[in-house]
Amino acid sequence: MSTTTAQTSAAATEPETTEKKPRRTRRRGETSLAGAFVSHGVLTVASLIALFPVLWLVYLSLGPDKDDYLHPGRIWSKMTFDNYAFVLSDTNFFDWLKSSLIVSLGTTVIGVLIAATTGYAVSRMRFPGYRKFMWVLLVTQMFPIAVLIVPMYQILSDLGLIDTYLGLILVYCSTAVPYCAWLLKGYFDTIPFEIDEAGRVDGLTPFGTFARLILPLAKPGLAVAAFYSFITAFGEVAFATTFLLDDEKYTLAVGLQSFVSEHDAQRNLMAATAVLIAIPVSLFFYLVQKNLVTGLTAGGTKG
Amino acid sequence: MTVAIDRATGKRRGDRAPRPGLGQRLKNSYQKHWYAYAMIAPVIVVLGILVLYPLAYGLYLTLTDANSLNTARTIGVNEIEATYKFIGFDNYADILWGDTSYDRFWSHFIWTIVWTAACVVLHYSIGLGLALLLNQKLRGRTLYRLVLVLPWAVPTFVTVFGWRFMLADGGIINSALETLHLPAPLWLEDTFWQRFAAIMVNTWCGVPFMMVSLLGGLQSIDASLYEAAEMDGASAWQRFRYVTLPGLRTVSSTVVLLGIIWTFNQFAVIFLLFGNTAPDAQILVTWAYYLGFGQQPRDFAQSAAYGILLLGILIVFTSFYRRWLNRNEQQLAI
Repeated sequence: MSTTTAQTSAAATEPETTEKKPRRTRRRGETSLAGAFVSHGVLTVASLIALFPVLWLVYLSLGPDKDDYLHPGRIWSKMTFDNYAFVLSDTNFFDWLKSSLIVSLGTTVIGVLIAATTGYAVSRMRFPGYRKFMWVLLVTQMFPIAVLIVPMYQILSDLGLIDTYLGLILVYCSTAVPYCAWLLKGYFDTIPFEIDEAGRVDGLTPFGTFARLILPLAKPGLAVAAFYSFITAFGEVAFATTFLLDDEKYTLAVGLQSFVSEHDAQRNLMAATAVLIAIPVSLFFYLVQKNLVTGLTAGGTKG
Repeated sequence: MTVAIDRATGKRRGDRAPRPGLGQRLKNSYQKHWYAYAMIAPVIVVLGILVLYPLAYGLYLTLTDANSLNTARTIGVNEIEATYKFIGFDNYADILWGDTSYDRFWSHFIWTIVWTAACVVLHYSIGLGLALLLNQKLRGRTLYRLVLVLPWAVPTFVTVFGWRFMLADGGIINSALETLHLPAPLWLEDTFWQRFAAIMVNTWCGVPFMMVSLLGGLQSIDASLYEAAEMDGASAWQRFRYVTLPGLRTVSSTVVLLGIIWTFNQFAVIFLLFGNTAPDAQILVTWAYYLGFGQQPRDFAQSAAYGILLLGILIVFTSFYRRWLNRNEQQLAI
């Protein structure tokens, strides 16, 4: 008995002794100096790795010659913006930009418009076939491009839609629509049911509740779905490479590849174009990324 | 047996009325659920036209010997009728156990599994590590976060070309390795190094998504749990093992599934990194694309059959994954 009291008293005095040296007591959430040092070190290295390929692309885009990427040291002395001037004035850059915007915006608008009511329905209502429908939505999102590319190519050829924007938009909608529906369901789930009930009590139909109450509240969710379909369509490579034939109709993802062909590789121009694409897209991404992340993980973080 | 009386209608519940006929049930169901069906109708129509019909058509193509020489096509003003014929399951048999099926399918299959596993493990562990570091009170945390998200912010089709310049023979990576007197591998020519480079580039592209999702998960863990753990004398490792990891479970199971599906289907990285030059580094998706569109004559039937097989693999895997989660009483957030 006496030993236990001795122990507890020792344990009780210990924090007091450490408290005299405030450096040594750590409060929760604070790290020791060495810990902070290591954290900063690791994060700095990781940041450099994340940054370097992009910075390297920017640096190479300043070299005037197409083989400068092999002799990066020489670029310092002859840095120039000629590549950018050339890309903007003498290539199809603006045509590609236009195609990319038409296709991505088309996909986004159709995807969000069509998916909105469905997202609401699967968030609020349970109906026979609900689970099967959700399963279909999930499965469609994981279609590898190889499943649809061949039949789509045949069907679009029959319809004369190869090498048209509409054809490409339709193909992209096959993934964008289920994806938006799924994403929007996640967002609608976070809007309290009481709002719907209040609307119903006041005599709104389910459509009225959706259009007048929920839709205005769901603007951030709609924005996330729109942004995500936009980014996906903008960066898609396989379908765009296969279905667009005319080099004025290329999207940026296809146009960028066209700098490197079997005969010639204009890498300096390619790097400049890559930078021209990367800057606006990444700026846009940073503006909305906070919403994007909460939108994507909303379902997950709710637990 | 308890017999409840519905207060509004005064009807006795419990003793069930005889089950109404099929027509009546359909009518009831229609009256009760027509709002829901009207709301999901647009998506059903779109999926029917854009997914189901092509899928059925693709399935039919896999049972034929269609290629670019015998499908309907227009050359100038001449329209040529399709002449391909029905050959049953020969395509699948040929892919799975025909001559040289190892070189054509199984080697790519094994490589796809290795690729998916390696990429997802790297994505997840690096992403989790960085998320844990960023979840501390640290000066410059926002800046680190912004920089680390960069690979996600820049479109993949742009960054892959950046990597291609770096990995090229005589590019910056090999120059750096030579200055350090290390062997400089042929990243874009040698099979092993092609695969290594592909995993490296994809890891670089995929970590930010994991990091950001897991950081969101970390921040949603209740701080009082850590407080309680610390009161109980849990060490840093124990807190990580018994508070952090269980707290991340929902987010983790979701992002891991997404990661597996995305990596399995990853087209852009391998296609843009190697083009058609690396037959051995092609995963199944890019290989199927190569069969259907990268060679002459284009073998549509085999390409579509690969697609169906891929979809089958993914569906089977996802079903098992969900069942496994359900057994561990977890829910998928997506």
